[in-house]
Parts: sequence; structure tokens; C-alpha cells
Amino acid sequence: MHEFLFNTKVDQTILLGRKARILSELLTHIQTVPESSIYFHTHKYLRQHHFLSPEPPNDFAYWITEVLNEPVLGERISSVDIVQFRTLEELRKTFVDILQSHIEGSERFPSAPLGQEFHFMASRTYVLRTPYIAHSLEEFKEILKCVSINSLYYHIFEAKLRLENKENDFSKWFRDLGIIQLADQVERLDPYTYTLEGLRNKIIRLVEDNGTH
Amino acid sequence: MVHINDYSPIVGKPNIDELFFMARYLEGKRIQNINSTAVGGGVAEILSRMVPLLKQLGVETRWDVMKGNEKFFETTKKFHNGLHGIAVDISDEEYEWFLEVNRQNAAELTFDDIIFVHDPQPVALIEQRKYIGRNWLWRCHIDFSKPDKKIWKFLERYIAKYDSAIFSAPAFARKLSIPQILISPSIDPLSDKNKDIPEAVIDQIFSKFNIDREKPIITQISRFDYLKDPLGVIKAYKLVKKHLDIQLILAGGGAIDDPEGPIIMQQVQEEASKDKDIIVLFLPPSSDIEINALQRGSTVVLQKSLKEGFGLTVSEALWKAKPTIASAVGGIPLQIAHKYSGILTHSIEGTAHWIKQLINEPEFAKRLGENGKEHIKNNYLITRHIKDYLLLFISLYHQGEVVNL
Repeated sequence: MHEFLFNTKVDQTILLGRKARILSELLTHIQTVPESSIYFHTHKYLRQHHFLSPEPPNDFAYWITEVLNEPVLGERISSVDIVQFRTLEELRKTFVDILQSHIEGSERFPSAPLGQEFHFMASRTYVLRTPYIAHSLEEFKEILKCVSINSLYYHIFEAKLRLENKENDFSKWFRDLGIIQLADQVERLDPYTYTLEGLRNKIIRLVEDNGTH
Repeated sequence: MVHINDYSPIVGKPNIDELFFMARYLEGKRIQNINSTAVGGGVAEILSRMVPLLKQLGVETRWDVMKGNEKFFETTKKFHNGLHGIAVDISDEEYEWFLEVNRQNAAELTFDDIIFVHDPQPVALIEQRKYIGRNWLWRCHIDFSKPDKKIWKFLERYIAKYDSAIFSAPAFARKLSIPQILISPSIDPLSDKNKDIPEAVIDQIFSKFNIDREKPIITQISRFDYLKDPLGVIKAYKLVKKHLDIQLILAGGGAIDDPEGPIIMQQVQEEASKDKDIIVLFLPPSSDIEINALQRGSTVVLQKSLKEGFGLTVSEALWKAKPTIASAVGGIPLQIAHKYSGILTHSIEGTAHWIKQLINEPEFAKRLGENGKEHIKNNYLITRHIKDYLLLFISLYHQGEVVNL
């Protein structure tokens, strides 16, 4: 039987020294920052506020809504369905298109108050081995109960969008084991609509439903 | 003495395990912290906690304090003020003496593998790099959002020679040729200021100060200086008082080096003398338990600063699950997501509006407090700070956007 090696990850936040006060500056920077910055600003809330439900929006939407007071545009940016994207470039393009069309049709040019500019940052991710190895579904379930939330995050989110794998690591392992139904069930989850603890519990329940009580 | 495992019940064992996993990657590396004071001030406080914890994780760490005379520290005090936007005049001779003291220290110090230099005072030790190599990191603990141009130009020459510069808030990032890394400060949940204390102790401290715990209490803990806006807090309180019978606590120390401090204090005292529900407490520096109790016993905590560094008093209040209203300045927006983990305001009227809302909607206020506590637990405790430092040291040896260690 294949093993599942649990990894975990830690992030370093890089300050890019770029900031935006108005929408056109935000757009310019979104067009040119590294992919790791798009990733950072669409996943920071998830990592930092993973206990919150409902989930706050991505950084761009939060700033547009709360600082520039543009709720309609903010809602459009926040409702971009990140789970649908296979690459960060596609995600970037979607934000660019929304911002461009809004700026072209707008007569308002709101500006952030001093001190509330949008500061661009980026993530540098370090992947670490943990000593935890699952040799069976039963072991997988027990380990999943006790690994850090960073490990769950790595195998679900990082694997797919950042490393551009076809599916998350858990589903891939279940599929390799021939447990196709479980693989499909976990793959179908929209992880962005759960808190990370909620997601952990949901996956444990799905594993149990597949015969590991 | 506190042990790293004592944090397990607070942040969870998996998080402490991760620190041990990370520490393995620094085996054989020796880390040397260098700053300019052994006691007093935030940097010495964090190093005195951090260094023993790093050692317990198995990371060989030491801490050296540079030496300097009065003339040197007068100059670096001017640097400090200038970097905070206060007009200062530094002569060429003072700049030269600053460099001379750094060179004298360099001659006396021995250097380890990773040299972690804190704040501007020892920044010019980097001149040694051309002779000894090694890895050099510069950690800026102060507000760098609007530095005096001449001082910045002088310091930049030295900062640019480091491997990376580390800042506490995004607004402090500069245009630099070296990578800039965000590492926010932290609070220690096991310190007197933040540890759990029994309700009886809270009661006792409130009765010592003659404060009625039956009526809602709004509290701001901070120095009595203009930038913390205590008079703005009183104005917001008065707007709320028209509708709700509340009390206001303003507690903190004075700002010795602030010329406007005594004037502000006098005005605050005048206002307080007209209203028995405004309680002004001048606390000595050793009042950590009192501050802890005052925060825990409050209905709502305020931090209505006009300017702020990171704003660790906000972290302290949120850690105690207190609904918190704070200005959107400095590092505060990192700690509070508006209406999720607290309230961000921009005016006296807005502050008053939200005080009323939080007192009248205790369930909403409770949820904000709970979310705030979780946010601090996950992002602003000393264990996260240690993780960031370990990663900073590891990153010197591994480059790339996604690195498999």
C-alpha cells in the first residue's frame, strides 16, 4: 500500500515596497507583481483568519470595499470563485479585467486616506517534512486529527493552485489507493467556503463514511 | 523560567512540534543578536524572552549588547526622533562618532554565522562584512514610515549591505535593493500583562481604584501624549454618555520626552475633575497585573491613536477577547479586520457610534472579541514570532518562491 507523507509549510512575507492609493494604481500593480503576490493577497485572510465564518473576502476586495468605499466593485472582486482557477495567471487576469472595465465606466476616483494605502506583499513558502506517515486510511484519519492546520492547508490549497497540481494531495492519494468515491468527494469540496478546522472535520467525516469508524 | 512546551496548551502541540521541526534545519549554525541595551525598551524585552526559547528549541543563540558613551546615545536618540519625523540636526562630527563607536565595538566583538543586528545603533557593524563574510540581517523595530531624508540616506548605505531588512509593518517598507521581510512583533501570553488571572484579582484591582464593575466600562491603556489622543477619547465618551450611563478609564504612564505631555495631562485631569465617571490612572512601569485586570474587566477597549507603531496594546486587548475599537493607523489594520475581529474608526463621532453599538449589541461584541482572540492566537503571539525568526535564518540558505526543505 502507498504511504501518505504529511508535509507542512511555513510562509515568509516579503514586502514589495509598492503601494496603491487609487484603483488605477492597484490595477497597474496587480498587472506587474509576481504571482506569489497574487497568491498572498487572495489567501492571506484564509491563513490568518481561518477561524472566521463566513470568510472575509480577499485583500483586494476588502480594501476596495472598506477603504475606497466602493461596495459594488468590492463585491465583484470578492465573488471571484478562486476554486475554479487552475493557475494564478488566470486569476490575475480576472482581477485585471474586472478592474479595467470598472475604471473605464466610472466617474468616481476615490482615494485611500493617508496611511491606508494598499501595500503589496508576497509569500515565500517553505515546505517541511513532518514525521507523520499514513500507511492506511485509519492511520490517515488519526494523523489528520492531530497535524497542524498548516499541514492541511498545504495539501489542499498549496498543492492545487500554487504547485498547479490537477487535484489536491489527499484526493490524489485516495485515487491511487483506488478509493475513487472518497477521492471525488474530497475533490468536489469548495475549501474556500469552510474554516480550516471545519474543513479538517469534514474530510475526517468523509474518510469515516468510507469505512474507517 | 518559562519553557517552550508551556505554550502547547495555548497554541496547540502541533504548532510547537513545527518549531522543533524547523530548528533541525539550523543545526550547526550559530546565531548572534546584537542590540544597544540590555534592559528597558521593547527590543531588550523581546530578546530576553526569545533567546532562551530559541536555545530550548536547540538553536545555538547568543545576545551581545554594544557599548557606547553618552555622546553616541545622544546621537542615536536624534536618529530615533528623526526617523519618527521630528526635525533634528545631526552634525558631520556626530555621524563620524557614530561610525567610530561601531568600529570600536566591531574590534571587541567576535562574530557568529548569522549576525542579527537590531535597530540603527549597531547598523554600521556591517562594515566588517568585507573582512569576515557571514550572513547579516538588519531588524528595524521602529516606525519607518516617514524618516528624515538625510538620516535615511546615511543609514541606507549600511542597510543595503545586509542580506535582508526586516520591518514590523507594511507601511515601513522602503525602496531598497535588498529583500524586505515583514515580521510583526508579538505579545507573550504567559507574561504578567497577558496571562490568565482569576476574577477575584480583577475585582480586587477594580475596587482598589474605586471603579464600579456594574456599569459598562470603556478603557484606553496608553501613554498620556498627543498621539494617543486621550482628549479625543473623552469627547467620544461624552457623545456616548448622552445616551448610555458608562464609565471611562484612561490609564497609562506619562511621556517624559514629549514636550506636549504635561499640557495634555493637565487637560485630561481638568476634564476628569468635572465628571466622576472619567477615571484617570497614572500607572508606574511595574503595573502589568493592573493593566491586565483593567483590560479584562472592561466592556470595550479603545485605542484611538492618531499615529501608532504596531500597536501592541491592541493585541493585548484582543488576546483577552475584548471587543476593541481602534484607529486604522500603523499596524492596527493588520490586527483588526473591520467588523470581523474588531472595529476600525477614523473619527471621534465614528468611535462614539461604535461604542454605543457594541454596548447595545453584546452578542455582536462578544463575537468580535472571540474572533479577535483567535486572530491574535494565530498571528501575534511569541510562538509565531519565533517561527518567523527560525524561517528568516533558514531562508538565508534556501532561495526561491516555493522551497522544499
